[in-house]
Amino acid sequence: MPERLDIIKTCKLFIGGSFPRTESGRSAPVHDGRGRVIAHVCIASRKDLREAVESARRVSDSWADASAYLRGQILYRMAEMLESRREEFASAISTTTPLTPAKARREVDASVDRLVRFAGWTDKFQQVLGCQNPVAGPYYNFSVPQPSGITGILSPDAPSLLGLVTMISAPLCTGCPVVAVASDSTPLPAVLLGEVCATSDIPGGVVNILTGNRAELIEPMAEHREVQVIAAANLKPAQRELIQTAAADGLKRIHLLEHSDSSWLDDDAAASPWEIDPYLDTKTIWHPSAT
Amino acid sequence: MPVERRVDTVMVDQRAGAFSRRSIKTDSKAAGLRLAISMLDLTTLEGKDSPDKVRSLCRKAMRPYAGELDLPVPAVAAICVYPSHVQTAARMLAGSGVKVASVATGFPSGQYPLDVRLKDVSAAIDAGADEIDMVINRGAFLSGRETEVAEEIRQVWQACDGAHLKIILETGELETYQNIRKASDLVIEAVASTGVLRDGEVFIKTSTGKISPAATMPVTLVMLEAIRDHFISTGIRIGMKPAGGIKTAKQALHYLVMVKETLGEDWLTPGLFRFGASSLANDLLRQLLKGLTGHYMAMHDFSEA
Repeated sequence: MPERLDIIKTCKLFIGGSFPRTESGRSAPVHDGRGRVIAHVCIASRKDLREAVESARRVSDSWADASAYLRGQILYRMAEMLESRREEFASAISTTTPLTPAKARREVDASVDRLVRFAGWTDKFQQVLGCQNPVAGPYYNFSVPQPSGITGILSPDAPSLLGLVTMISAPLCTGCPVVAVASDSTPLPAVLLGEVCATSDIPGGVVNILTGNRAELIEPMAEHREVQVIAAANLKPAQRELIQTAAADGLKRIHLLEHSDSSWLDDDAAASPWEIDPYLDTKTIWHPSAT
Repeated sequence: MPVERRVDTVMVDQRAGAFSRRSIKTDSKAAGLRLAISMLDLTTLEGKDSPDKVRSLCRKAMRPYAGELDLPVPAVAAICVYPSHVQTAARMLAGSGVKVASVATGFPSGQYPLDVRLKDVSAAIDAGADEIDMVINRGAFLSGRETEVAEEIRQVWQACDGAHLKIILETGELETYQNIRKASDLVIEAVASTGVLRDGEVFIKTSTGKISPAATMPVTLVMLEAIRDHFISTGIRIGMKPAGGIKTAKQALHYLVMVKETLGEDWLTPGLFRFGASSLANDLLRQLLKGLTGHYMAMHDFSEA
């Protein structure tokens, strides 16, 4: 019986619903806790980022116009797909991070629950974050939340899966397409999450996931005028300043998340309506009343 | 009748494909983008076109980018509208150097009696059109009534009365490259037979934009070769206008490469080469501004075309 060769996975980017290699041709090995190479991931370039934003732009109107019901169904479908691959995700987390298998499983479960929670919010945040305003005149005056547009995401190193899932599901819930840059040090869960997206009815281009060198992609993402919101977790002070400076020109919104390991797991902290609010603009409508 | 020239389908595809593998960067790219903007026929050909839509298109034509730049973006070559909007456009564009092109001859089908089509042309010219985009009678061409097609083109050319003429082959309906080559030769010979032409007075154009596929690289290459062969035998420069389906700046640059390598630099002028497009304008601007500012622009940074 000949010895079987190792099949080491080549992880690709997730752009526009397909899995292209990076345009730059660069890749990096992923090691397990004992230093063995278990996969290779792409190092995305600024051109890959541009392609991802282009794909997101092509679907931004249709995703914003999709009914809240449909968006909820799709997020729930993502949760189902993630649930059916729990073991694979847990082993990806426990082999590439210091987490124990038990803790890794808890993170995967929390991620599934997080998706379900935001799926539930898709047709409810409007009531919480919108309102009818009292005005002095014969008018109804409504403040209606609207999706802000393409959202750039810089997800944290830890929790590698739960952080990314939380950060993409909040804008998806409002109707914003996302371009996410995964953690440099633990990209494997993000790559698998792309495969989950590809099989869960998410229209191609609504979720785009890039792996590679996060520091290299911060500036082009912040400068890209098509990106309307940037959400970033656990940034260094210099990176935060870089984003704020570059984003000023396009009047981009910035949402900085500062969660501890335990608050990522806490639904009230990480998945409250105030975590949905940063991806919304408010449209105010005046309507003549009958009197 | 001209001698029928054979088209090698495999070679045309291969040669046309080769043009899209050139890498054009930095200064050459910026120059190419500006040139492409100056070659645009900004087009709106919809049943719902209104005078205000045409006026807004005219403003875009004269000043494609509203922001301030050290070296302003050039105006486009022309705007292209239906005859009923020619007057509106001509008033807006008077003195700007931007030409008014009108589709005519029963655009887009051409399935009308000849006298109606000729009146269509005269009406557009009376309203102030500088250029006429005519469609050929594809039904007649495909049934082999080539002399009829040629005779109709001659009559339209006479009705143009000094206005420039662009002859639309509607290549998407001609089925084969061989037919496209044959139609190109036929229409060029037809206008040339009326007397000596001036350079750029007559264009051949791929499509109406109403039929898919519209302009493609191989189709345009076949037509460019017909123009080249006519130039070699007569010294007269016929113009070329691919229209429909050219949406990105990258595609536009590939076309410019193809023109240069097939016909030479003489044709790299709005007088001899045009793009029929509308959404292309903003993609050209987006790429140009990317080069100037260093960051990617959003579509909402530009006015609608």
